[in-house]
Amino acid sequence: MLLPEQSVQETRGILVIGIGNQYRSDDAVGLRIAQDVKKEADSSIKIIEQNSDGAALLDSWKDAGMVILIDAVSSGGRPGSIYRFDAHKQPLPSRFFHYSTHAFGVAEAVELAKTLGQLPQSLIVYGIEGKCFDVGVGLTGEVENAIGDVVIRIRQDIHNQSLRKHGESLR
Amino acid sequence: MKSKTIKVDYLSRIEGEGSLFVKIKDNRLTDVKLKIFEPPRFFEAFLRGRSFHEAPDITARICGICPIAYQMSAVHAVEDALGIHIDGQLRALRRLIYCGEWIESHALHIYMLHAPDFLGYESAIHMAKDYPDIVQRGLRLKKTGNEVVALLGGREIHPINVRTGGFYKVPSKQELLQLSEKLKSARDAALETVRWTASLDFPDFEQDYEYVALRHSAEYPFNEGRIVSNKGLDIPVHEYDDCFTEEHVQHSNALHSVIKGRQTYLVGPLARYNLNFDHLSPLSQEAARSAGLSNVCRNPFKSIVVRSVEILYACDEALRIIEQYEKPDKPAIEVQLRSATGYGCTEAPRGILYHRYSIDNNGIIRDAKIVPPTSQNQKAIENDLREFIPKYIELPREQLTLKCEQAVRNYDPCISCATHFLKLTLENE
Repeated sequence: MLLPEQSVQETRGILVIGIGNQYRSDDAVGLRIAQDVKKEADSSIKIIEQNSDGAALLDSWKDAGMVILIDAVSSGGRPGSIYRFDAHKQPLPSRFFHYSTHAFGVAEAVELAKTLGQLPQSLIVYGIEGKCFDVGVGLTGEVENAIGDVVIRIRQDIHNQSLRKHGESLR
Repeated sequence: MKSKTIKVDYLSRIEGEGSLFVKIKDNRLTDVKLKIFEPPRFFEAFLRGRSFHEAPDITARICGICPIAYQMSAVHAVEDALGIHIDGQLRALRRLIYCGEWIESHALHIYMLHAPDFLGYESAIHMAKDYPDIVQRGLRLKKTGNEVVALLGGREIHPINVRTGGFYKVPSKQELLQLSEKLKSARDAALETVRWTASLDFPDFEQDYEYVALRHSAEYPFNEGRIVSNKGLDIPVHEYDDCFTEEHVQHSNALHSVIKGRQTYLVGPLARYNLNFDHLSPLSQEAARSAGLSNVCRNPFKSIVVRSVEILYACDEALRIIEQYEKPDKPAIEVQLRSATGYGCTEAPRGILYHRYSIDNNGIIRDAKIVPPTSQNQKAIENDLREFIPKYIELPREQLTLKCEQAVRNYDPCISCATHFLKLTLENE
């Protein structure tokens, strides 16, 4: 029968989560990036898409060692700007990630997980500044242009994590 | 003249976006406007020219919290147009998937969004520091709801397994039985939730609205029933447009639903409960009574208790369905195309969700209408605030703002179904 997409099969593995709504213009950028990362990713890396239901995130990442989250943000910055946060090192600015259709969103989920001691060992959050969040399909040019850079940086994160794990296994 | 200005950028812990404007002059409330920035009826336009097969999956994307409600109203409307009726185990499975959605949606609202208001916390994150076990209970309940939806819907987010005529795949009895233990634990947690929410402090506040919900002859309503009210409304779903209309309101881009020639009405848990108490399971009825609720509850703040009772009912009902389940021979019944208009109305967690589709001989949607529950509750929310704010008008700005937010959240408004951000402005002049 059908398996929940959100379960991570390999414990302590790498999980990439693209967040967004494909019908809210630039809000879909997280989904697009996750799809692009998937194209060349090793099969051991789990890649899923989610909407912005923060409470479900805690469950999605419970067995993962490293999680990379990608979401659109609306902070008033230049559209297409890329932000990167290490959740263990800094709080996520909640207003940053507030332009989700659900108020209990990414920032809230990360902070709640911290409070409850349920953060994955490593949690990297990428935010891409959106320009248009109207109902509609398709990204604006500025946001579309940011995708390639984010994908490269995520691949680098995954590569670095793999090297770290390899190093640990040699010790 | 005494004057002060209160302004809050956005109203948090609401599923979606919009804005609320409250104006106070000389300690007297002069204006309340709930503004919903509804974009053009994108999805209605988007559906025109597409196959009827696409209606459930496209409309499911309108809201991430209640995709099943959209799928259910869509398939029932299309099936009505095509003259088919789903019964037996397929019908039971649709009730089961709806149970999952109620559990997850209500648990999210009770624990993550509404309870912090009652306990004086800024958010569930702050509440979790003092009440980690309670927040964990909410997350566990929500997860069980997600698992029911995931098993039947194919996945938790944007379920894809519902189709006109039934499902694409149906589970085996064994697969459903795996949910039973989790649902039993969830039922215990739901019972605890009823007790816990009943212990919260509630403002003394009752409203005499017209409560509108589905009413079925034998069941607490999910997918089927007549549209009834406590003030004499009793119509089949296909007469919805004859009795309800949507008015454009100057201050809001959304349309306000009204019953023609009548006063404010409301939909959602309170309406369902008030009109269908007799169809709750014995355990849910007993829990409601122990929580101090009678058969009718007119205090919108107590909707948090009623939602808890509905989670309990959904767990009970899910367990009943699983126990009686036998895998049907086919996952869906055959569909014959014809040109017609069909009507569907189901009970989304937030209240009745109406869909209407006109389909041509080739199965192409020529016209679509969708009325989400939140647009129906907007007038009730504004009215509540008009009555409620004067009682607390002496409070300092911040506290009054929190009271307003709490009052809005009584309705769990899913403004994303219709709109953008919700910003709150409290203006004292």
